[in-house]
Amino acid sequence: MALDDRKSEFTFVGTRPDRPDGLDKVTGRAKFGADMSAPGMLHGAILRSPHAHARIVKIDASKAEAHKDVKAVVTRADFADVPFKPGLEGEFWNVLENVMAGEKALYDGHAVAAVAATSALAARDALKLIEVEYEVLPHVTDVDKAMAPDAPVIREGAADYSVPEGMHPNVVRYHESGHGDVEAGFAEADLVIEDSFVTEATHQGYIEPHACLGALGGDGKGELWCCTQGHWIVQKTCAALLGIETSQLRVTASEIGGGFGGKTTVFIEPVALALSRKANRPVKIVMSRSEVFRATGPTSSASMDIKIGMKKDGTITAAEGIFRLQGGAFPGAPGDMTAMCAFAPYNLTNVRQVGYDVMANRPKQAAYRAPGAPMGAFAVESVLDELCNQLGLDPVDVRLKNAAHEGTKASYGPTYERIGLVETLEAAKAHPHYSAPLKPGQGRGISCGFWFNHGGETSVSLALSEDGSAQVMVGTPDIGGSRASMALMAAEVLGIPYENIRVTVADTASLGYNDVSHGSRVTYASGLATIKAARHAVEKLCERAAAKWGIPVDAVKWEDGCAVPSGPNAGDFDPIPLADITADMGRTGGPISGHFEATPEGAGVSFGTHIVDAEVDPETGKTSITRYTVIQDAGKAIHPTYVEGQYQGGAAQGIGWALNEEYIYGDDGRLQNSIFLDYRIPVASDLPMIDTVIVEVPNPGHPFGVRGVGETGIVPPLAAIANAVSNAAGVRMRQLPMSPPRILAALKDNG
Amino acid sequence: MDYHSPASFAEASALAANATGITRFLAGGTDVLVQLRSDLVTPDTLIDIKKINGVSDITRNADGSWSLGVAVTGAEMSEHPELGRDWPGVVEAMDLIGSTQVQGRATLTGNLCNGSPAADSVPAMVAAGVTVTVTGQDGTREVAVEDIPTGPGKTSLAKGEVVSAINIPARGNNGGDAYLRFIPRTEMDIAVVGVGVSLRLNGDTVTEARVSLGAVAPTVLLVEDCAQAVIGTTLDDAALDALGAAASAACNPIDDKRGTIAFRTEVAGVLAKRAAKIAYARAKGEDV
Repeated sequence: MALDDRKSEFTFVGTRPDRPDGLDKVTGRAKFGADMSAPGMLHGAILRSPHAHARIVKIDASKAEAHKDVKAVVTRADFADVPFKPGLEGEFWNVLENVMAGEKALYDGHAVAAVAATSALAARDALKLIEVEYEVLPHVTDVDKAMAPDAPVIREGAADYSVPEGMHPNVVRYHESGHGDVEAGFAEADLVIEDSFVTEATHQGYIEPHACLGALGGDGKGELWCCTQGHWIVQKTCAALLGIETSQLRVTASEIGGGFGGKTTVFIEPVALALSRKANRPVKIVMSRSEVFRATGPTSSASMDIKIGMKKDGTITAAEGIFRLQGGAFPGAPGDMTAMCAFAPYNLTNVRQVGYDVMANRPKQAAYRAPGAPMGAFAVESVLDELCNQLGLDPVDVRLKNAAHEGTKASYGPTYERIGLVETLEAAKAHPHYSAPLKPGQGRGISCGFWFNHGGETSVSLALSEDGSAQVMVGTPDIGGSRASMALMAAEVLGIPYENIRVTVADTASLGYNDVSHGSRVTYASGLATIKAARHAVEKLCERAAAKWGIPVDAVKWEDGCAVPSGPNAGDFDPIPLADITADMGRTGGPISGHFEATPEGAGVSFGTHIVDAEVDPETGKTSITRYTVIQDAGKAIHPTYVEGQYQGGAAQGIGWALNEEYIYGDDGRLQNSIFLDYRIPVASDLPMIDTVIVEVPNPGHPFGVRGVGETGIVPPLAAIANAVSNAAGVRMRQLPMSPPRILAALKDNG
Repeated sequence: MDYHSPASFAEASALAANATGITRFLAGGTDVLVQLRSDLVTPDTLIDIKKINGVSDITRNADGSWSLGVAVTGAEMSEHPELGRDWPGVVEAMDLIGSTQVQGRATLTGNLCNGSPAADSVPAMVAAGVTVTVTGQDGTREVAVEDIPTGPGKTSLAKGEVVSAINIPARGNNGGDAYLRFIPRTEMDIAVVGVGVSLRLNGDTVTEARVSLGAVAPTVLLVEDCAQAVIGTTLDDAALDALGAAASAACNPIDDKRGTIAFRTEVAGVLAKRAAKIAYARAKGEDV
């Protein structure tokens, strides 16, 4: 990009106006997934396997079909015959297999059939009329056991080319990367620590269960309303799974009650459409919380081995990590991401990382905020903390000494452009939190974290109204305040107030393909596209002014919301405000719109540093987080309040993951805790006020310097909290969650 | 499903006695309605006892004892100006259950009759020596709270019997009670261990004690060994250690998603000591 693209002085960007969706949400006017109804609508319900692994011998739905309230029953036979391909190449097949089981039920909660009936209660009761004969098979839910030679095979032939010979068929992808010579590096170290770590699967825990309303006719034309992070992927996937043309299905995204990565795929949407096609009526499906836990994507569980060598002065001489990630009964566990992120904050001469993608009898993992990165950071940053403890070094100084910076060859290959890790560490060191005294029983933990950030396919349109207001149509569902950020960026370019701009998440019929709201990409990519769409409109505004003045268009510039002559030679004309141009636009050439579409590549990687104080009750093992500070590089904070919210949200979810959240499976392979009572997300009173520091090291890949901020905030917490707890308890915690029974047992083992 | 809202306990008892299939009494509904909606239990007969006269009354009797109607909610107990001064442990135990919304519905009676060994109010009631009046086809009887639960989800109430009142004894002089539970979070959770303690002092010496444990056995326990460990002492460190050991020794817990055997056993002793200290301070008239 040309340098004149850059902007560093702002009028609207960086302010904190009211959120545009605030009134709707506090008054209940906002329409979420379950809030839509249609005339003649039926209610769908899904029958789920009670077994972790079982061959489906026979499904007899005749009694359900004969019931007067039941209008349709579907099984796998009612979906398109998508071809099986190994690994992630066959992702449509994987999604279909997850949406509706084929030959086998692969986890407790796997969908095997569905009904549409005249009421939600009738649909629920009709499920009891469907008879399924299962042949129960041996199952495995633990990642290390799933890789063992005697583990039950989830599916033959699922592994792709990357997996070395001799691995168990449950290992479906393999990643290895790094540089230098780690053995030589370890030989140079004064201290080498090798340790192993385990994390359990956690759920994104969005408060809104999946919900949708679908209508699909025999003509292959359909409408779908659903709660999703990306309706184009829903459109494309549903079309593939139902064997219809993509463009014939219009998908509208509802307001969304949280996603965190978990709503980037489909679960109930193709089922509602299949039921609708069969019943010829609209069908609504709303998941229960138990269904959300049992059958939608938790994150991966992980088992990890880390080895790091350090000199007495804190220099890391070599680092090596083995990361085994379990992602349910399908390929996709982000072992590669874990491996690539684990050492990314550091400038290392010798580094090697290996990632495994392992299948087990659990629900298909879905993305969860920086997928894969938090687990790796937990393992690596725990070993770093132990090295600092044993060598008597300050943990921030050691990280500063080894920190990656512009020009560093990253552990995963590329060379970093301008990045802000050092700035976050310096801010941490200077923060009053870092030097505040600790009380007896308290410990402090530090961790850095990295996430790639993403660009992705993006299309934005902007249209001006006669009265000088503007509407912006984006294709990325607003999961973190993006409508406010888009309006601020458009206001900055157009020079009209934030309040005069309405940003709408447009349906799939209104824009070209938009990638899902993931990868912390929305403020970056949709923001970049909004800026460029607004500039496109500004070009047209300048053309109208030029025509009115009778001067060349390049003699007109846009300043503070007005067309003005570009200099004294252009002529002496009064500025024309935007609203004066749009008032006449019907007579001066027609509507004025701007548009931009691209796959921007300059997302700009992101780093953060967290400081945590924890207090452990030595008699019960209960942990309280007493102080928490998040320091993260935002590039440029468009709406700082939302940025702070993202930082706090990452820390809050990290506290849950570190302390109490976990998938608990019984020996029978069934999920034991599929309700919020027993799946222990932190409640408000569990959390301290989470302090935030926004560091701004502009991203060269964005006109205003934006870096995505949504995901990096959940990368450091597991490690920072584990370090704080370990330092408070006087014993290294190597397993998450650090629930009270585990801490108390560790204290007892430690004497 | 048949729904009834009788005007008397005799009528409620008759309805239950003559019902077939699954019968549930509906007070606050914070267990029954949740089980119904989640398809765990769909009663054939649902008997709503909230429309019986007096079920929402909190009455202090002439002898200082208390009578609580079966539909008195946790919120009503917490907001009562005097009940909590007599029995802070009982009121606090009830107040720990659920959210503010749940507090507006949940009742002591429902918490007891749901039969959960982890019910928060039950150890507090057992420690306090609370009894319930049970109305059946043959009249009424008074039953100690500890004799109601017989196992997880099970009670000693016969078909046609319904709890018709809660009777809390007079606090009397120099007494104090307390309830503590362990949960991994700070609220909105279910007890991994619960301990209720009620003490009476003569000077600094404990003269009466009742200690009850929850969530460490199939039913809430009244532990006589715990009482004996502190009676006659000034609750010094030796007495506290003996109390903790007796509490741990009484545990017969299970490993489950909420806690391990080792954890529950250990923490029961810890909480018994902590709860006893609070009860002792209250018995001394301290505001804790």
